[in-house]
Amino acid sequence: MTETFTLPNGLVMPRTEFTTSAGEKLLVPSGDREEEVQIYDLHKSFGTLEVLKGITTKVNRGEVVCVIGPSGSGKSTLLRCVNLLEQPTSGRIFILNREITDPDEDIDEIRTMMGMVFQQFNLFPHLTALQNCTIGLIRVKKMDREQARAIAQENLEKVGLGDRGGSFPAQLSGGQQQRVAIARALSMDPEMILFDEPTSALDPELVGDVLSVMRDLAEGGMTMMVVTHEMAFAREVANRVIFMDGGVIVEEGPPDSVIGDPQHPRTREFLARVLDPTHHHEGPSAAAPEPQPHSNPNRRKRSRLF
Amino acid sequence: MSDVTTTAVRRKLSPRKKAWVAQGVQYAILVAVVILAVININGQQVVNTFLRADLIESMLGWGLAHAFLNTIVYTVGAFIFGLLLGTVLAMMKLSSVGPYRWISNTYTEFFRGIPALIVLMCFSLIGVALPGFEFPSVTLGEFQLVSVKMSTVWMALGMVSAAYMSETIRAGIQAVPKGQMEAARALGMPSGMAMFRIVLPQAFRIVIPPLTNELILLTKDSSLIYMMGLAAGEYELTKFGRDLANSHANITPLFVAGLLYLIITLPLSALVRWMERRSDAGKK
Ligand SMILES: Nc1ncnc2c1ncn2[C@@H]1O[C@H](COP(=O)(O)OP(=O)(O)O)[C@@H](O)[C@H]1O
Ligand SMILES: [Mg+2]
Repeated sequence: MTETFTLPNGLVMPRTEFTTSAGEKLLVPSGDREEEVQIYDLHKSFGTLEVLKGITTKVNRGEVVCVIGPSGSGKSTLLRCVNLLEQPTSGRIFILNREITDPDEDIDEIRTMMGMVFQQFNLFPHLTALQNCTIGLIRVKKMDREQARAIAQENLEKVGLGDRGGSFPAQLSGGQQQRVAIARALSMDPEMILFDEPTSALDPELVGDVLSVMRDLAEGGMTMMVVTHEMAFAREVANRVIFMDGGVIVEEGPPDSVIGDPQHPRTREFLARVLDPTHHHEGPSAAAPEPQPHSNPNRRKRSRLF
Repeated sequence: MSDVTTTAVRRKLSPRKKAWVAQGVQYAILVAVVILAVININGQQVVNTFLRADLIESMLGWGLAHAFLNTIVYTVGAFIFGLLLGTVLAMMKLSSVGPYRWISNTYTEFFRGIPALIVLMCFSLIGVALPGFEFPSVTLGEFQLVSVKMSTVWMALGMVSAAYMSETIRAGIQAVPKGQMEAARALGMPSGMAMFRIVLPQAFRIVIPPLTNELILLTKDSSLIYMMGLAAGEYELTKFGRDLANSHANITPLFVAGLLYLIITLPLSALVRWMERRSDAGKK
């Protein structure tokens, strides 16, 4: 038997009962407008390789969730399932209470509400920085050019590149490219932005600029899901940290507990390795990193894995 | 003691010295061949056979210009038709729909495997063999813009070159990083729009040099039309040169026709080399 619920905007949605792996009974989607991302028992396999083995979590409006974990644990796959760049094998995902795993749902429309920033930037090399920001507005949102240009310019200024609108990606440094990529996502005026290791491909001295833009976004109330190895950033900016290993969520909670006082041995081992890459065996306890002031880039230690 | 000296002497002919000697011998042979040629070849006879001034003079004029222009028109039309068809075939090769891939791959194998001349012969016969069928023509008032002959040639040569171009374009599309399509889709673009706005513009940048090479090949392949019963106004360079060469029993007209092909193809090859140098420099 299906229940229904009515969203504040009047949309009526069917609801089904769902049992988590922990045996908890939930009605999904929750219908709660504060829950922007709801993921229920998400599985994803590539051939015989099961990469995600039942992920259940949610991201609330205005929340910054950092996903950490060793390389290959499925962090990127999780993020890519959230905007359906990967098709989940099973499980249900709701974005703003619309089920993207339902084949009838218009994924292109939902994607306009959800920016994505990639590790390799993926700027369009044949377009200028400004055109990278306007193309979505003009082609997808059918906005007129002048208006699109104004919005793009505003967002380029927001990321500190107001004067580089005419530059092609190849003429920009990695850090500048990544900031253009953030401006491109922002230009669509999204409800949330997904970041997949946005600073991992950057030279260490360029990481700070990108993180500071992301910090500003977080302070401005943007909903963000960030895969990162920057523990100091996660500790300082995240509302919640998810530690993934082997395709499952091992530990989840506020940064001061997951990074500052990890309960699970796998989390401790991971943190020990991230914070001291020469330290290979399981550390007894991971000393929590103090959030480093980002204003002094020389002091930042790159906490990248592998 | 003497043994030691001989080895020392032998050792003196190091690999580098051996290379010098070998090079010297080759130069000597080359010089000898040139001297023999100059002694034996009757220069006047060569000029009379390949470059007879009066024949060149009689060729210059409206006829040659027209033939030159026709070669370009036949080639460019075939190229454009081939490019459009090749793009469609390339996208079919990358489609997730199996039958599209099979059709496109079969097409490529078929038209790459048979002589262009046979395709051209078939096309020029269709009008006769299939009563009532005619290739399209476009007439603008008095002026015939596209003749039946033109559209026949465009389709025949275009279909053959589409087979080659589809492979080139497919490789170009695949050379565009996957992240480009993903970034476009993440902005909310439907896959067709992402293809046309983001992937194809980059793919075509990659394939411009190989496609220009295809244009050079096509320029030369347009000479195959000489066998299609052409009216005087439809002559292209080869047919024009061959008719004159036959009637004068002299090679000069063919030689001149060949030189005119070079006027088209040499700048194109220079362009390809320039583009390749530029893209190599861009990679550094
Ligand atoms: N498209 C794919 N095809 C096959 N295997 C994949 C694909 N994408 C990811 N994987 C595999 O899934 C696992 C998890 O990958 P990923 O989500 O990228 O991990 P992470 O981002 O945590 O490093 C890895 O073993 C990876 O090799
Ligand atoms: Mg990853």
